[in-house]
Amino acid sequence: MTVLTSTTALAQAPSILDVGDGVVLPILLKVALVLGLFFVVPLVGGYLEHKVMGRMQNRRGPVEAGPFGSLQLVADGIKFIQKEDIIPRAADKPMFALAPGLALVPALLVFLVIPLGPGVFAVDLELGLFYALAITSISVLGILLGGWASANKFSLIGGLRAGAQLIAYELPLIITAITVAVMAGTLSLVGIVEAQANFTLPGLEGFNLWFVFPQIVGFAIFFVAAMAELSRPPFDMPIGDSELVFGYMTEYTGIKFAMFLLTEYAGMITMSALMVVLFLGGWQILPGVATPGCEGAAGIMSCDPIGIAISVLVTLAKIMGLVFLMVWARVAYPRLREDQLQRISWLVLVPLSLANLAFVTILTVVL
Amino acid sequence: MTGLDVVFVLVGLLTAAGAVLTVTSKNLVHAALALAVTLAGIAGVFLVLHADFLALVQLVVYVGAVAVLFLFGLMLTRAPIGREALDSQNRGLALAVSGGLFVVLSTLIVLAFGDVRVDAMTGPGIDVIGIAIFAVWVLPFELLSMLLLAALIGAIVLARREDGESGEEAEVTRIEVGDPPINESDGPPAEVAGDGQAELPAGSGGGGQA
Repeated sequence: MTVLTSTTALAQAPSILDVGDGVVLPILLKVALVLGLFFVVPLVGGYLEHKVMGRMQNRRGPVEAGPFGSLQLVADGIKFIQKEDIIPRAADKPMFALAPGLALVPALLVFLVIPLGPGVFAVDLELGLFYALAITSISVLGILLGGWASANKFSLIGGLRAGAQLIAYELPLIITAITVAVMAGTLSLVGIVEAQANFTLPGLEGFNLWFVFPQIVGFAIFFVAAMAELSRPPFDMPIGDSELVFGYMTEYTGIKFAMFLLTEYAGMITMSALMVVLFLGGWQILPGVATPGCEGAAGIMSCDPIGIAISVLVTLAKIMGLVFLMVWARVAYPRLREDQLQRISWLVLVPLSLANLAFVTILTVVL
Repeated sequence: MTGLDVVFVLVGLLTAAGAVLTVTSKNLVHAALALAVTLAGIAGVFLVLHADFLALVQLVVYVGAVAVLFLFGLMLTRAPIGREALDSQNRGLALAVSGGLFVVLSTLIVLAFGDVRVDAMTGPGIDVIGIAIFAVWVLPFELLSMLLLAALIGAIVLARREDGESGEEAEVTRIEVGDPPINESDGPPAEVAGDGQAELPAGSGGGGQA
């Protein structure tokens, strides 16, 4: 048998968690980072959603649990754990139990490549962008399976709708991501952030721009497609409560329901983080502005601890800004109809993103 | 045995177990899920062999799209909800075909690559792969994309129903603004002309418009 000697070429830039010479400590630190991100940031996003939605609807949102109601989602989590775990008699029990996990694990794995600051990531894959998109495409298996295993017609229809929706909106999402990769010349998420810090339009040299400015169309497509991928209102036909009770989640209770919910919030964070990386300059404060305490690569790499802290805070602030936009869209717009949804994707977003890709590719080659 | 060898064997076993489950499971949806496990396992094998780009392609195409389409199609058409079992009657034929394929493929692979030794394994970078596909092999690539396009158009043509090909149009009761509620127990449907419903005597219901 062939001896496979490992000299992996996977990782690009070193993570600040690669401390010491050992193997175990960096891995433990990275696992802690990914799990910490996965369990804390989505809760903050959820709290933001509760509060913002409340204010927009002339309510106050949660106020009782913790200061300003900030521990409401923690309390909800404890409540979910205590609830009875009901499994319908006709359900396919192993599949019913497996489905929430199958949806949750990909949402967790995406956090592996999300860069929060210079060196603040678990791993910088050469194929980071492709990895993130490939992993998110698996979540739909769990949703389809949950809808089918519940042995409930509302769940089945909800699962089917979710499947059709996720397939339809994956295309514009991936095509737009390819467009950004063409502009950046790399698939590494850290590389894309660096490329934006050095990006200028021809004729405007010395005037740094993020990709969102030349790619405002791409950003809009990505934003809409991301909301649809997450089944967030106004794209929540799979769980449309006026028609389908609660879609594929109808029969789920307690901790399993909480897992589906956590998947949604984690997806909201990862999609926002991807948008920050692809379009909004990652951890750069403003276009052309060097972060204090940083030296390399347009003032966003090789930072001292203060610079790293500022970078992480900037990234998180941008992510929360995008979450705010998503909540705003949720409050402002009514739910689309199923045919309208498919129409928007296949007749508007896909042709638009293809034209955008062709345009950008030709310009990149010509200029 | 290095750690990678152990992982390789484990992933291979998982893939094989998924494949066996795919053909032995009596529930269609379980079989489709086992197929997804097999396809994901193959991605794992690629990953262990440092073909990381291939592994991700395998994930996004086969697990994220093909397996999902399988499940989607099954649920739309003939998946029994809950716990029910179906069985195919073609076991002998399937065994013969798959056994023959296995023998042919494994013989070919051993003959072709049996004495190749690769010691230091690093997959080629994505830039190398990109140049290989779009510069060296661009013609076969374009041919393949034409083939896929033809298959796509063919699928659409097959799926589109021409007029008068598949059964009759179902009769549709159209509800228009101003129609009175239809009451089937009342006598023969009254003629409805224009907006004249208001003049109908009370209780005679309305017209069932075909």
